[in-house]
Amino acid sequence: MKIELKDSQLRQIKDICDSFNNDPGELITILHRTQSVFGYLPEEVQRAVAHNLGIPVTRVYGVVSFYSFFTMTPKGKYPISLCLGTACYVRGAEDVLDEFKKQLGIEVGGVTPDGKFSLDCLRCVGACGLAPVVMVGEKVYGRLSPSMVKEVLAEYE
Amino acid sequence: MDNKIKLTIDNKPVEVTKGTTVWQAARQVGINIPALCYMNLENLGVENRPGACRICVVEVEGRRNLAPSCSTDCTEGMVVKTNTPRVLNARKTVMELILSDHPQDCLVCPSNGKCELQDLAATLGIREIRKVDNAAVSTYRKDYSYSLKRDMDKCILCRRCESMCNDVQSVGALGAINRGFTSIVAPAFEQNLSDSPCVFCGQCVAVCPTGALTRTDDTGRVFKALADPTKTVVVQAAPAVRAALGEEFGLTPGTSVTGKMAAALRRLGFDKVFDTDFAADLTIMEEGTELLGRIGAFLNGDTSVKLPLLTSCCPAWINFFEQNYPDMLDQPSTAKSPQQMFGAVAKNYLANKMGVKREDLVVVSVMPCIAKKYECTRKEFSKDGNPDVDISISTVELASMIKMANIDFVSLPDEDFDQPLGESTGAGVIFGATGGVMEAAVRTAYEVFTGKTLERLDFKELRGFEGIRTASVDFNGTTVNVCIAHQLGNARKVMDGIRKGELNFHAVEVMACPGGCIGGAGQPYHKGDSSLLKARAQSLYREDANKPLRKSHENPYIVKLYEEFLGQPMSELAHHLLHTHYFDKHHKI
Repeated sequence: MKIELKDSQLRQIKDICDSFNNDPGELITILHRTQSVFGYLPEEVQRAVAHNLGIPVTRVYGVVSFYSFFTMTPKGKYPISLCLGTACYVRGAEDVLDEFKKQLGIEVGGVTPDGKFSLDCLRCVGACGLAPVVMVGEKVYGRLSPSMVKEVLAEYE
Repeated sequence: MDNKIKLTIDNKPVEVTKGTTVWQAARQVGINIPALCYMNLENLGVENRPGACRICVVEVEGRRNLAPSCSTDCTEGMVVKTNTPRVLNARKTVMELILSDHPQDCLVCPSNGKCELQDLAATLGIREIRKVDNAAVSTYRKDYSYSLKRDMDKCILCRRCESMCNDVQSVGALGAINRGFTSIVAPAFEQNLSDSPCVFCGQCVAVCPTGALTRTDDTGRVFKALADPTKTVVVQAAPAVRAALGEEFGLTPGTSVTGKMAAALRRLGFDKVFDTDFAADLTIMEEGTELLGRIGAFLNGDTSVKLPLLTSCCPAWINFFEQNYPDMLDQPSTAKSPQQMFGAVAKNYLANKMGVKREDLVVVSVMPCIAKKYECTRKEFSKDGNPDVDISISTVELASMIKMANIDFVSLPDEDFDQPLGESTGAGVIFGATGGVMEAAVRTAYEVFTGKTLERLDFKELRGFEGIRTASVDFNGTTVNVCIAHQLGNARKVMDGIRKGELNFHAVEVMACPGGCIGGAGQPYHKGDSSLLKARAQSLYREDANKPLRKSHENPYIVKLYEEFLGQPMSELAHHLLHTHYFDKHHKI
């Protein structure tokens, strides 16, 4: 999906790069900051970062594709992250995941058509005592069962 | 001597300077430790040592783990063993792991017989690839372009291509992407190479230890044309080809095989066997005249004149230029490359002379280069969809055709090229080595400019292997400053200096590949061996020295071509047929 960046958005990227003196050594931090502004790192944003830092876009893409934190697809307004770490897994996280998929009608990595929710998995949020754990945005839900999924989603209606 | 270090390797005492790696030290005493990722182009400032393959591990006394010799510095009193059972076992295991995720189609792989992975598997005595249930070999989409093919199933992540593309050429098309089993080397966003900033220099291909990056094979198209009775097929062979073709038949690097090559081409069935060197002489006539025109105008106070003139023979360089310096499009010589000049002359002059229709004349070129495969497809080099050069094959593809056709190359007699496009001077021959185009241009430009005969023809100051060389040539009181760069990273340094106004030259020669065309990706792969490149360059300079004619403007068939057909250099017809223009391709980077 091609997007066209507005001048103001290009300006934002330039400002972020400038604030790190356009140092290619700061690439990861710059991408981190950029993703927090745009929500994701589409091709055009990566090209703009590469251009500002004076490095090949392959190098930027190499970093973006390496770290699972960086994403090239837009997240939903409320990004759902479900833990599939060992503790959560043995306590039934997979069933919870299946219920989220069913309720939202999307796969892992997908976004609902209205752009409201996106669904991703991660490995351990450091709250194993609450397993299975789900995060919606910054909010943590613990000891979830499939039957509670509907309730959680309803909070965001 | 503070910076000297003594150590022993396999019980042999070695003395090295500080900073020398164990791998290099071992080499000094004749021990070649195997490696798949390590690569060093000595004197060209090219080194790849990511310590990725772990094949070169050695045992160091007092160290618990095995050490990768390519990236371990020597220390005083170090005791190194390169061939203990523990080392051999480790190497074998590493190799088995690499092979466990590698396709086993060696028999039909384009790199069959020329693969470092295959050779090393044999050397290490691997006779079986252990199967693990459900373990699939990772597969990726193949990427085809006019010049090269990318098959990441065969990539072992040695990163040599990445070093060449980024550190040496500063092109930045290839980089490692993704993680774990899905990591591959690819252009950004896994684009095809054709859509990426790739300039098709092919240096990634020239150093790839496996079949992951290979040349596009066009031999089938040539055989088909040769078999077609309605077609007249003529061939041109570039200067650098004759300096390397022999290597494919076991001859010592640097053996010149010009005569045998002409004989072999004739036996393959080409109707006429011509020489790109002829077109190189023609290039000098046009480019040299253009240079003198610009210098003349400059000396007369014309401030609009664009100096330096940049050479335009190298298609990878032109791609690089069009992408990176679109603000300087009027800077390069408008002269086409020798390959394309030959094509234009063949289709517009030779065809008439031979009484053949343009569309029935097939022009094949044999090139040390794979960017030439792309160059001949550029739209501006065709007329009504019929290209000036129909098919371009590499030195190695020619060798494979010769082998396929059962021709005993080594025992062939020396034969001459056909006329009228087969005569060349020594100036055309040296086009194949870095600095050669400049030297050839100087020989002609000097005599035309001064009206005097050159006393010495060898411009040693223009030769050599340094990445950027500059020289001043005295044109009878007028100093002409020239610069020569090979490898695109060096070209970028020169161009950036020119753009900023810090560097001032009258002419700049650029060749994309190390050592010039002799190090091109169409040649037997140099795989980082710079002694090979030097031997090839020597062979061209020897051939030049032995030629009766060594200045392009003295080539009698060139003189005749102007008399019969073109008129003068830079005439209207010459402009139409032998010159071109450049495009802004900034969007590709």
